[in-house]
Amino acid sequence: MLTNEKQAPELLKEDQVAETITGSEALVKILLAEGVDTIFGYPGGAIMPIYDALYGYMDKVNHVLVRHEQGGIHAGQGYARSSGKVGVVFATSGPGATNLITGLADAQIDSTPLVCITGQVFAHLLGTDAFQEADVISISAPVTKWNYQITDATEIPEVLAKAFYFAKSGRPGPVLIDIAKNAQIQKFEFKGYNRCDHVRSYRPKPIVRKEYIEQAAELINAAKKPFVLWGQGVMLGSAEQEFREFIEKSGIPAAWTIMGAGSLPSDHPQNVGMLGMHGNYGPNVLTNECDVLIAIGMRFDDRVTGRLDKYARQAKVIHLDIDPSEIDKNVKTTVPVWGDCKETLPLLTELIEPKQHTEWLQKFRDYEQQEIEAVIQNELFPTSEELTMGEVIQQLNEQTRGEAIIVTDVGQHQMVACRYAKLNKTRSNITSGGLGTMGFALPAAIGAKFGAPDRTVVAVIGDGGFQMTLQELGTIMQSGVDVKILILNNQFLGMVRQWQELFHDRRYSFVDITSPDFVKVADGYGIAGKSISKREDLQSALTEMLSHKGSFLLEVMVTKENNVFPMVPQGCSVSEIRLK
Amino acid sequence: MTNQQQQEKQEYNITVYTENTIGLLNRISTIFSRRKLNIDSLNTSPSEIEGIHRFNIVINVTEEVVRKLASQIEKQVEVLKVYYNTNDDIVWQEMALYKVPTDIIAEQALVERLLRENGARAVVIRKDYTVFETTGHREETDNLIKVLQPFGLIEFVRSARIAIIKDSEGFNRKLREFERREPGHEVIENEYLNRRDKVFTM
Repeated sequence: MLTNEKQAPELLKEDQVAETITGSEALVKILLAEGVDTIFGYPGGAIMPIYDALYGYMDKVNHVLVRHEQGGIHAGQGYARSSGKVGVVFATSGPGATNLITGLADAQIDSTPLVCITGQVFAHLLGTDAFQEADVISISAPVTKWNYQITDATEIPEVLAKAFYFAKSGRPGPVLIDIAKNAQIQKFEFKGYNRCDHVRSYRPKPIVRKEYIEQAAELINAAKKPFVLWGQGVMLGSAEQEFREFIEKSGIPAAWTIMGAGSLPSDHPQNVGMLGMHGNYGPNVLTNECDVLIAIGMRFDDRVTGRLDKYARQAKVIHLDIDPSEIDKNVKTTVPVWGDCKETLPLLTELIEPKQHTEWLQKFRDYEQQEIEAVIQNELFPTSEELTMGEVIQQLNEQTRGEAIIVTDVGQHQMVACRYAKLNKTRSNITSGGLGTMGFALPAAIGAKFGAPDRTVVAVIGDGGFQMTLQELGTIMQSGVDVKILILNNQFLGMVRQWQELFHDRRYSFVDITSPDFVKVADGYGIAGKSISKREDLQSALTEMLSHKGSFLLEVMVTKENNVFPMVPQGCSVSEIRLK
Repeated sequence: MTNQQQQEKQEYNITVYTENTIGLLNRISTIFSRRKLNIDSLNTSPSEIEGIHRFNIVINVTEEVVRKLASQIEKQVEVLKVYYNTNDDIVWQEMALYKVPTDIIAEQALVERLLRENGARAVVIRKDYTVFETTGHREETDNLIKVLQPFGLIEFVRSARIAIIKDSEGFNRKLREFERREPGHEVIENEYLNRRDKVFTM
């Protein structure tokens, strides 16, 4: 189970006396029974009865009024990923619902548990092109784990119970429940609410097969150059401790996908870095040299594997995953260890021999040395006049000491932040990994702070992505949430520019983007801010941002035409990774 | 199965057992359309167990593709079970209806022989038209079109394919087990993962 099951304060019992209430009121009671403490939403015509019911419970649940439904759902994602709980989002019918689609697709591909409630027109108007009617069930089907349209209030308890169960169990994902307005206002006999823990057609996790665990252990014990790749599955399975025990007993070097960052601390001696297109040098090159590849809770995304027919062909592959459809999807598996890694990892750890792969680990460190000399040194400690993105992250590490939650947007700054951010603990890295949604970071950071109020949340955003959802500054203003916004401004859509430079003869087609005065914009929202462009100001500006009471926007002007390296060019093998 | 066989396209019959819910057809069909795959034939109808529906989907793809399709379909939370089989693994039929003008067919054709040769029967005989019905493989139903065309065929319709899996002993029992809260291992396991080198047969 994904969540740290907090005992719900208001769980209603079946023997409780039935009461006649509206569908909307039942919905709110159910959310409370599920332990929901925060809702991100935006009202509108077709969801008004639910908002009316919510008005009576304002002391029990915190509703955050966002500025756009996309911001609402990204905030829900940030909340879910920082807290491990299900994110809850409200939107109205029609445009409200369609504005959720990007976030649903993002949550689906990144396995984020969400329950989205959308209003819908009256059931008798369905299919009549009524005002603000959109067929959200059909539109959202490919980007939800499950969805359902409620047209009768009596369906509400059972459907909501299923929604939470599907969202958080097994491989988590977003669920959308569309509720027709008539069901919201309909009175019915509410007999109480029971959580769902079983649906006959649904197997949240496959049964663990001992023989595969044994085969995997045999391969690992015989391996000379084993290599672990881990993804978000470790965190989703709350198996960080089990994972660490496996890693430490086996002595195997381990690298992470960006969704997996933080499940093993950055400075753990066996953490050899990031995989993929802009990952570290050693993990990419040595993928094609290892003899046993152990993939844990990751899905061999094309950004991780590069060219598939030249990916780890020499290696035997062990794949641990909770989702059977991931087995053999991209990379052929020698031993499929399907199951929840919280169960499978300890079984595997028990069967493996304690080892140290000192020489093999040293190979990673040798490659790291090459990467430091060719790339990292210049990025983190540049001698050039202009600031680099890397040195900003480096300074941030110094000041947060790896304790902050780093939320990133999409593009060059994302790769730099993920590569260099120091993460001491799990649930510290929140990024749009699979879908690559620009505009994700600001609203996700808002949600992340609500999900983990005791932690510092820093949103690292590019100048392009920030302008996609900057309306959410209004949400920060109104809710008073404390989010540190760090804009790395290179005055370009940097990642696209980098590709145009490298692969399109420097034909900079529409990547030159202008920005408003971000500090003034923030000021307009009552948010303190500062813009710097000089190295001598960096340290003090970051200190000011982090120590400021409340939200703060810091814009750092960085060098315009820097490229993120290393890089596995598209269509190339991971071992053809370029250092420049 | 050799690698080459896996790469060759052929007809596969996908059998899907599902809950009877609105929107599931859409969810299943987008698994194909998302990959730009055209479904050749699709039949959906109630199974022998109340509340459980059975889909029969025919598609011409490689073994590797059909396996991925099947596991994506099985991943849908309202899908109970998915199997895929080659044509050799199944017994299949399609039904066809043919409407022809009664006067022409009665005057010009040797109706009795025509019916016998094509394994067809007359479903409706009216003054103005007659409807014949036949079941069989594609060639057989196609053949009767050719035969009836000269007699002024008015309308033709063919059903989707339905198929019975040859080696499906205990199928019904397994299906019924889903009604138990904790069905046995063999029932819920993703079976083609278990026998990944073979096309699944029960």
